[in-house]
Amino acid sequence: MRIGDFKDSYVADEAVFKTPTVRFWLGILFVALLIFPFVAGNYWLYMANLVGVAIVAAVGLNILTGFAGQISLGHAAFVGIGAYTAAILTTRLGLPFLLCLPLSGLSAAFFGLIVGGPSMRMKGLYLCIATLAAQVIFEFIFVHWESMTGGIRGINLPAPSILGVSLDNEFKFYFVTLAVVVICVTAARNIFRTRVGRAFIAIRDRDISAELMGINLFRFKMYAFGISSFMAGVAGCLWVNFLRTVTPEHFPLMESIRYLAMIIVGGLGSILGAIFGAIFMTLMPEILKNTLGLLVDAFPQAMGYLFPLQQVVFGLLIVVFLVFEPHGLAEMWRRLKDYFRLWPFEY
Amino acid sequence: MSLLAVKNLSLSFGGLQVLSDVSFEVVPGEVFAIIGPNGAGKTSILNSISGFYHPDEGQILFEEQDITRLAAHRRAALGIGRTFQNIALYRGMSALDNIKLGAHSHLKSGLLASLYYWGPAHREEMALRRKVEEEIIEFLEIEAIRKLPVGSLAYGLQKRVELGRALAMRPKILLMDEPVTGMNAEETEDMARFILDINEEHNMTIVLIEHDMKVIMDISDRVLVLNFGQKLAEGKPQDVQQHPEVIKAYLGEKKARDGHIPSAAR
Amino acid sequence: MDIFLQLLVSGIAVGGVYALIALGFVLIYKATSIINFATGEFMMIGAYFFYTFMVYMGLPAIPAFIGVMACAALLGFAVERLVLRHMLGQPTISIVMVTIGLSSILMGIAEMLWGSDFRSFPAIVPRAPLIVGDIVVRSNLFYGFVLAVVVVIVFALLFKYAKVGIAMRATAADQSASFSMGINVKAMFTLSWAFGAVAATLGGIIIGNIGGVHPTLGHIGLKIFPVVILGGLDSIGGAVLAGFIMGIIENMAGGYLDPYFQGGVKDVAPFVVLVLILLIKPYGLFGKEEIERL
Repeated sequence: MRIGDFKDSYVADEAVFKTPTVRFWLGILFVALLIFPFVAGNYWLYMANLVGVAIVAAVGLNILTGFAGQISLGHAAFVGIGAYTAAILTTRLGLPFLLCLPLSGLSAAFFGLIVGGPSMRMKGLYLCIATLAAQVIFEFIFVHWESMTGGIRGINLPAPSILGVSLDNEFKFYFVTLAVVVICVTAARNIFRTRVGRAFIAIRDRDISAELMGINLFRFKMYAFGISSFMAGVAGCLWVNFLRTVTPEHFPLMESIRYLAMIIVGGLGSILGAIFGAIFMTLMPEILKNTLGLLVDAFPQAMGYLFPLQQVVFGLLIVVFLVFEPHGLAEMWRRLKDYFRLWPFEY
Repeated sequence: MSLLAVKNLSLSFGGLQVLSDVSFEVVPGEVFAIIGPNGAGKTSILNSISGFYHPDEGQILFEEQDITRLAAHRRAALGIGRTFQNIALYRGMSALDNIKLGAHSHLKSGLLASLYYWGPAHREEMALRRKVEEEIIEFLEIEAIRKLPVGSLAYGLQKRVELGRALAMRPKILLMDEPVTGMNAEETEDMARFILDINEEHNMTIVLIEHDMKVIMDISDRVLVLNFGQKLAEGKPQDVQQHPEVIKAYLGEKKARDGHIPSAAR
Repeated sequence: MDIFLQLLVSGIAVGGVYALIALGFVLIYKATSIINFATGEFMMIGAYFFYTFMVYMGLPAIPAFIGVMACAALLGFAVERLVLRHMLGQPTISIVMVTIGLSSILMGIAEMLWGSDFRSFPAIVPRAPLIVGDIVVRSNLFYGFVLAVVVVIVFALLFKYAKVGIAMRATAADQSASFSMGINVKAMFTLSWAFGAVAATLGGIIIGNIGGVHPTLGHIGLKIFPVVILGGLDSIGGAVLAGFIMGIIENMAGGYLDPYFQGGVKDVAPFVVLVLILLIKPYGLFGKEEIERL
C-alpha cells in the first residue's frame, strides 16, 4: 500500500513518474524489455517487432482520435504511405534506414494534411469521411501507380543497416523497434504536459469554448493530424524494413479499422491504453488463427473462416468496449492498480 | 475613454431577430450588468463580443480598436475573458489543467517544443504552474480539489474553476454569463465576493449577465436592461429599478403601478 | 458522342440507386445525428437475404422482396434498439465508431454464412436490354433505376404529406420541440433507422442484381459518402440530386480515364470528387452550416 504522497516542489508534482515505487517498477520493465530478446524464441521476437510497430501507429492514432476527438478511417493508408516512401527511398535513392524513418513520417504527414486538411475547417465528422476518402484514394494509388510502387507485386527491400550493422533478423531489429517505440511514446506523453496537449483535449470535449479560450481550432487540429500521420509513417517505415516487402494488400480499410479497435479496446485518450490495445489487437489474430487450427481436425474448412472471423471479432470488440467499457483496458488496469494501492483498505 | 464599446449591434438567425440596434459602453474598472427576461438576447451580446456570433450590423470596439470582424480565437489574446452559462469546462481534465488552459493564448510552446518538452516548454509550464497556483488557486480557495477531474466536482465548485480558467486568460475585461445561477445563498455570497475582489484588487472591468437582482443591486456600477433584443434602459442600478418600462417588462402592466421590482425577481 | 450519351445514360441509371441509398443515409443522419458507417453492409445483407429467400427457399420474386424489406426494417430496428439505445448520452464519435464496428461484424458474418464467392440472383426481370438508338441499357440496370426512382418518390411523398413523415421531419429538425409536441421521439428514431435500413437494403438488392452478390458489396456503399457530402449532409433533396450527379461523374470518369489507369477509376473518382468538394464547397450543394448554441 502506498501512502504519504507528498511533493514539495511544483517540478516534482508535475513529473510523469512521481514516486520511487513507480520509478522502480519502470526500471524493472525496462530491464525486462532488454533481456526479453535473449530469452525469447524467434516466433515471439517476430511478434514483438510487429507489436512495436503497432504501438507506434496506435499511439499516433490515439493522439488524433482519443485525445483530440477526430476519427480517422485512413490510418492504414498513412502507414502504407510511410512504408512505400521508405521502400522507394531505399531502393531508388539508397538512403540509409535511419534517414528514412523521419522522412517516411514527413511524407505521410504531408499527404495526410493535403487530403485531410480542408475538412479541418469544419466541425463534426468531416475528417472521418475525408480520411475514408484518403484510404480509398491511396489504395488506388498503391495499386495503379506501377512505376513508383511496383503495382500488385510491390517492392522488395534489402535488409536495413545502421552504422554498418546489418539488421537482418528479428533479434537485431528488436532493439531498433524498441528505441523507436520509447521515443514515440515519450514524445506523445510530453505533448500532454504542455498547452498543445491541453488544446487537443479541449477541442475534443467542447470545441466551441476552446475557440473562445484562444485556441486556433484549425491549426491545432492540423497539429494533431500531422503528428498522428507522422507516427503512422514512421510505423510504416519500421514495418517495411522489418518484413522487407510491401504490397498494396497490406493496407486495406479493414486494417484502419483494426487500428481504431486498438485504441478503443485499449482506452481512448490514454497513451498506456494505446499500448495495451496495440498488444491486444496484434496478438488477437494469432490467437484466432491458433484456435481455428485446433478445430481443423474436426472441421477441415476451419482456416477459411479466419478472415471473416477476424472481422466479426474486431467489430464485436469495438462495439462491446464502446458500450460497456469506453475507457478500455487502461481503465481496467487503473482499477486493478487502485485496488492494490489501497490494499488492505477499501477506500 | 471606454474599454468596450458596442455600437448599433444587430443580429438575426434565419427569420429571428435576436438583437436590434443595441449600443452601450463600458468604462475601465466598472462592473456593468446586463439583465432582462430569458430570450432577451443577453448571451447573444456576449457571444458577439467573444466572436462566436457574427453580427449583421454594428460595431464592437475594444480599447478603441474595431474587433467586429476579428477571428474568435484571437480575441482571447487581446484580453477578453469569458465564463459560460452552461459550464463549459473540459471533463477530460483536472481542475488545474482546465485553469492552465485559460492561459493558452499567452503561452508560446509549439508542436516541436512540446514533443521534446525538456527545455523551453518545461520552463514555460513550471512558470505557469507557479503563477496559477499562487494567483488563482489560492485566491479562489480551491487547493483541495485542483487535481480532481472537473466532472466529479459539485456545481458551485465547477463555476469557481471556470472563473479560475477565465482569470488565467489574463483578461482586461471579464464577460461572465450567469455566474451565480443555480447556487445556494452561501455559494452566491462567495462568488459575489470573488467578483468584487477581482474588480477591486485588479481594477478588472466586468460585464455580468445575471438574474439574481440582489447580486446585481449589490455589486454593479451600472445596469443595461434588454428585452426582445432591444435596449430598454441603462443607468445606475437604483435608477433602472424604478424605470417604468423595465417594471412593465418584468411584472406586466398591473403590478407596475406598485413601484419597483422585488429584489428576488428572476 | 455516342460514348458520351451511353455513359450519361448509364450514369443516370446507377445514380438513381445511389440517390435511394443516400436518401436513407441522410434520413438517419438528420433524425439522429448519427453517421451510419454500416450503410454498405446493410446493402450487402439485404442482397444476401434476397438471394437466400429466392434461391435457398425458392420463393418467387415478389414475396422474397417483401420478406427482405421486413427483415431490413427489423435489422434497422434491432440496431437502434439493442445497440444505439445504450449509447445515448455518449459523444457522437463513440456512436459513429459503433457503426464502424457494426459494419465489420456484418461483413464477417456474411462471409461466414454465405462464403466469399460471387452469387447471382436468378432472373427476376426480362432479359432484353433497353435500346434507344445506339444507347444500350442493361435490363437489370434499367429496372433497378425505375424501382429506385419509384421508391424515392414514394418516400418523398410520405415525408411531405403523411403524418408519420411529418413527425420524422419534425424530430430531425428539433428533438426537444417535437418531444413537447407529443411526438414519440424514440419511436421516430427507430422508424428512421428502419427506413434507412430499408432504403439501403433495396439499393443492395438492385446493385446485387446488376453485379452479383458478395461480401465486399458493402464497399459500394462507401461511395454514398461522397454522394451525401456533395448533396449536403443534412439535405434530403441534395442527397437525391447528388446521387444522380455522382452516378454520371463516376461513369464518365471510368469511361474516359480507365485506359490510362488500367481500370478502377470508377471506384476512386467519387472520392476524388469528395476531396475537391471539401476544399471548395464543404457543406455541399444544399447543406447548411449548423448554428450552435453556446
